[in-house]
Parts: sequence; C-alpha cells; structure tokens
Amino acid sequence: MQSRTLWTALVVALLAALPLLLTGYQTSLATLTLIYALLAMSIDILAGYAGRTPLCHGAIFGVATYVVMYFVTTAGGSPWVGMLLGILVAIGVSLVFAALAVRTTGVYFLLLTLALGMVVWGICQRWTSVTGGENGLRGAVRPAWLLDPMHFYYFVLAVGLVATLVMWRFVNSPFGLTLRGIRESESRMKSLGYHTTRHLIAGFMFSGLMAGVSGVLYALFNSFVSPSTVALAQSVKGLLMAIIGGVGTLFGGVVGAAVIIALENIVSSYTERWSMVLGLLFVLTMIFAPEGIVGKLRSLRRGAKK
Amino acid sequence: MDRRNFLASSAALGGLAVFGSFQKALAQGTGPIKIGLLTPLTGVVASGGKEIVEGFNLYWDQVGKKAGGREVQVFIEDDGSNPDIALQKARKLTEQTKVDFLVGDLLANTGLAVAEYAKTTGIPYFIPVIAADDLTQRARIPNVLRVAGYTASQMPRPLADYAYKKLGYRNIITISQDYTFGHEQCGGFAQVFTELGGKIVAQHWNPLNTQDFSPYLAQIQAAKPDAVFAMETGADASRFIQQWSNFGLKGKIALLGAQNATDQSVIRTLGAEAAGIISSAHFAEGNDSPATRKFVDEYNAAYKHLPSIYGFSHYSAALWLAQAINAINGNVEDRPKFLAAVREVVLTTSPLGHPVHLDKYGNPIYDVYIRDVVQRPDGKYWNVPIATYPEVSQFWTYDPEEYMKQPPYSRNFQGIKKS
Repeated sequence: MQSRTLWTALVVALLAALPLLLTGYQTSLATLTLIYALLAMSIDILAGYAGRTPLCHGAIFGVATYVVMYFVTTAGGSPWVGMLLGILVAIGVSLVFAALAVRTTGVYFLLLTLALGMVVWGICQRWTSVTGGENGLRGAVRPAWLLDPMHFYYFVLAVGLVATLVMWRFVNSPFGLTLRGIRESESRMKSLGYHTTRHLIAGFMFSGLMAGVSGVLYALFNSFVSPSTVALAQSVKGLLMAIIGGVGTLFGGVVGAAVIIALENIVSSYTERWSMVLGLLFVLTMIFAPEGIVGKLRSLRRGAKK
Repeated sequence: MDRRNFLASSAALGGLAVFGSFQKALAQGTGPIKIGLLTPLTGVVASGGKEIVEGFNLYWDQVGKKAGGREVQVFIEDDGSNPDIALQKARKLTEQTKVDFLVGDLLANTGLAVAEYAKTTGIPYFIPVIAADDLTQRARIPNVLRVAGYTASQMPRPLADYAYKKLGYRNIITISQDYTFGHEQCGGFAQVFTELGGKIVAQHWNPLNTQDFSPYLAQIQAAKPDAVFAMETGADASRFIQQWSNFGLKGKIALLGAQNATDQSVIRTLGAEAAGIISSAHFAEGNDSPATRKFVDEYNAAYKHLPSIYGFSHYSAALWLAQAINAINGNVEDRPKFLAAVREVVLTTSPLGHPVHLDKYGNPIYDVYIRDVVQRPDGKYWNVPIATYPEVSQFWTYDPEEYMKQPPYSRNFQGIKKS
C-alpha cells in the first residue's frame, strides 16, 4: 500500500500547486475539471461498482444547479442554503429514478434512465415560469470571497477531496462490497439473503448525492443554467469521462474529466472538429484500453510486479 | 519508487508543463486590436452562424484589416447554438485570448448569457443579430450595444399594420419557436394587430429543432385563419416552409413570415415553396437601391451566394465599429471613450442606402420594408421590397417610457388587446 499513498500524496500536491503554475483562465478550467470529475466518479459508483450503467446523472447534476440558481436569483436566498437544497433535491430525484429503474439491468436500465433524464429535460425546457425555459436562469451566485479563480479553485479542491474520500470509503466498505457482489451475480446475492433492490436504491441515492454536490458547485462556477445543463449530452459526457478514465477504478473519473475538458477547450482552439478527435480517442480507448486509462495503468503495474 | 512509477509521474509533470505553456504573451499597449467574434458554427442555426463570419470578414478584408491606425485581428469561436458553450467561449476570449471587445452570437438565449457576463466584467459587447428586446429597453446594459442590429419586436409591427390595413386580414394564427426571440416577434405582431382590431385566433409554440410540424399544421388547417404568421429560424424555417407546402396549405392560407423565416440563408436551399411569403425587415437583398446592389454584388462575388441578414448585419457592424475606432484613433482600451464613439456614429455608408444611427436606448432606427419572395431571372429566390415604413424605432409609435411600463413579451404576455 505504500506506493498507493505515495501516488495519492503526489497527486494531491500537484493539484494544490496547479493555480500557482497556471493563469486565471486555466485555473478556472482546472476547477471545471474537478467539478466534472465528481460527476464522473458518481457515475462510476453505479456503472463500475454496482454494474448498472446510468444515463441520467446529467439530469440529477443539472437539477441541483437549477435549484441553486432559482433559490439565489429568483427567491433571493443565500447560496449556502441553496446548495444544501440542491443536494437534497438531487437525492430526492435519485430516489425516484432508482425506485423506477433499479429492477432492470443492462440495456434496459440504460434506456430507462435515459428516458427519465429526458423527462427532467422536458420539464426544464417547458416550465418557463420557474426554469426560464430556453433562456435559463442567470445571475451572480458566487459569494464575494470566492470570486477570485484561485480561491474558488481551492474551495472546490477541498470539497472535492472530502467527497472523493467519502466515495472511496464507501466503495471499500461492506456496503460497497455488497454492490460489487450484486454486479457479479445478483441472483447469488439474493440467495444469500440480501435485499438487492434496497441496496441498489441506496447506492443510487448515494451516487445521486455526489452528482448533486457536483451540480451545486457548477452553479457557483457558471452563475448560469439552461436546459442544456440537464440534457442527455451532459449524462453522456459524464459517462464518457468515467469510461475513458476507467470504469470501476473511481479515480478514473478525474483522469477522464481532465482528458475531455482539455479536448473541449484546448483542442477546439485548433480545430472545429474537436469532437471527431474525441470520438477517435474513445474508439482507440475501447480497442486498446477498454478498462480505461487508470485501469490500464493499474494492470500494467500489476504486470510489472510479476 | 520504481522506474515505471518515476516515468509515469514525470510524464504527468511534463504534460502539465505543456499545458501551462498555452499561456499567451500579453499584448502591450499599441499592438493589434483584438476582436472576439462569437458565432454558432454548429447546431440548429449553423447556416446563419457561418454567414456571420463571412459578413464580418468581408469588411475587414476590404479595408486591409486595419482601423484607427492599428492592425485588426478577429478571433472566431463557436458558441454551438447553446448558451452554456457561448458563456464558456466568451470567458475564453475575454480571459485567455484577451480580446478588446466581443461581437456576435445569433440565438437570443446565447446573447442573454453573454450579455450577463459582459455586465459583470465590463467588456464591450456588440450584438448585430441578438434581438432580445430588453437588452436595449428595461434591462439595458451600458456596455452592450445593438450595433447595426434590431429588436425582435421592431420588425413584425409594420407587417401587422400592413396585414390589417393593406391585405385585409382579420384572423391570424401565430406559430413560433419557443424562446425569447419568438415570443417577442409574436408579441410585437400581436399587439399591433389586435390594437387595430384584428384577432389572434391561436398561438403555437414549437421547441427549437422541431423535425415534424404536422401536429401544428393540422390544427392550423382545422382553424382556417385568414393568415399565419410564422416565426422560425435556421433549419426549423426550412422544414416549416417545406412541410407547409407538402401539407397542401400553400395557396390556401396566406403565409406571413418573420424576416428570419424568409432570410436568404433559408430560402436559397428551397425552391418554389418559398415564393409569395410576405415578411418585413430593414434589409431586402432584392432592393434596387445602388448601395444595396453594390453590397449584394460584392458579397456574391466573394462568397458565391446572396447575402442573408446575418452576413449583412455583421458587415454593417464592422463598418460601424471601424467608424467608431477611427473617430477615437484606435484607442479601444479607453472603454468609456470607445462606447461613446460607438453611440455617436451616424452610418451613412451602410448597404441600406440611408443613414442609420442608434436611438437613446442603444438600438438603431430603420426604414422597414414589407418584402415578398420572388424569383430572379436566374432562377434564385430573393426578397424584394413592396412597401416601406420609414423611421421605425424599437418602440413603434408608442412613447418609450409608457411602453416600458408594460411587461416584456413572453409566452404569457403577448400584448394582445382584449376587445
């Protein structure tokens, strides 16, 4: 375990040193990466550890963002209370989704969660009096002491590290092991006496909680929300980040988020066809490293140890 | 740690250094003037977005990319027809590329998102196409100016007047894309039409990117109005006009269009389906005034197609901004001075052929043409003026302060006068 702690310390030190090496704009990109990393990791909990791949986490993420934006700009409340409400609403939405979807598996689960995500998108698009419809909601949400990109980065890093620690403890806990057991063989777990449905619902709600944390941070980052924040593309983006990083590795979410955000923002300066580059990368990853970048690194290290 | 770990972590650090090296050198003082052009190069209005770039670049190419004695550099970013991406790109242009001012965007929701950003950062933002009414009315922002632009409700009002008085329509159904631009265009139309005594029988709102209009067309057919006012843009407009014709409504019910529905960017890909649609706008590419003819011919020579509103408005905006930049000798870093110069411009060399200037609230006043789509001798279709309404401002004949007391147009408020 020594190399593991050394790695972790190295990564945390690197992340803490980033704002000192980058410009204000690049720091804000790094902050966005951390926010999306949380989303990707929350998806990984379901996809990688429970074995159910969801396409609705973009909607849960976006709903949390909407709650914060609405609470602060329309209802005139404090951003902190708004963030708490956002996370609670995210948990509530995941409960509803889980209750409806958890009895299905594989492709059916994927499609059902996709449909549920679309319902949320439809509501955000049409409920113009609350969500602002296509125009979305905008207004200054970030508290004054977080306006500086560096301060905000450290705030998000702190929240992110705590959330990651919680997620890591979760997937290595007995409950997390139960989820992995359900992934391996749900019927065997049932015959051992586990209420797999309840476990999956609880796991889904935890995953939704983390997606909600990511969503409320995004509200502070962007000070703007629109139906595209809850759209299917957002769920797909999060899932892609999880897959490219490595499904089932948890930390793959961070790597995947970094790769995709770098592509979106840096490569797009050089070519309009950056999404082709992303597609190509995805195809290559699936062919040569289906376990993702972190998964590949881990299996290489395991191979080297032999 | 072993060698593999060391190599991996060095590679990570090396990658970081490369990432860090994307920092651009800061321009010092009298370098080039940097303009950030935001435009939808992908998404539902990509056809219009491409022409924004064409119109803007045409002017700068014609003057050798100079203004106020300095070189002009245009940085183009794709806003993806999406407000989240527009905001991201606005940030990138302002904070990373460090442009002197922003221009562009097409869809009203992208413009509103970027305008909010301009409000908090103070960067000048010029919107030749963004027509969200309130940006130059109740929610006007000092550094956001509608250079060579128009408000959504400004253009359909003369059309409503013409429809009632000259064409004799009394019952109209509106169908529109469900976002601010659509709400405001229909609101402008509906308010004037109902104040004259007409009736808005029904209003349909379709989401952006509607593939199939038949549910709406069936309802329209059943209701049998005198005319339909259609507010569609981009790909939605093409699909609507085609389906209107395929459904059999062409010739049975009169079709009035918003200027975007019969814009060149839409009708050049259609054929006879587009003929006979009446619309209203300040720009008609079929206008035979010498200034318009010259501009249309130059544009056609450069890009092999007729100019649309997107190309025209950004060409005029570039003309306008260049005049302002020349007036202050290129000193765009002095933002209050630059914005004041932009406000004072009286554009006499515009392709419209008549002088244009901003009103007190930051929006231009135009002569508005009622246009008809007719076929040219070479087989292409274009908009030709058939009537003119002179000096139309964003407030029509209303008193500005009185007008701004009524709520902004939305799905719930369309200005319909209850009779």
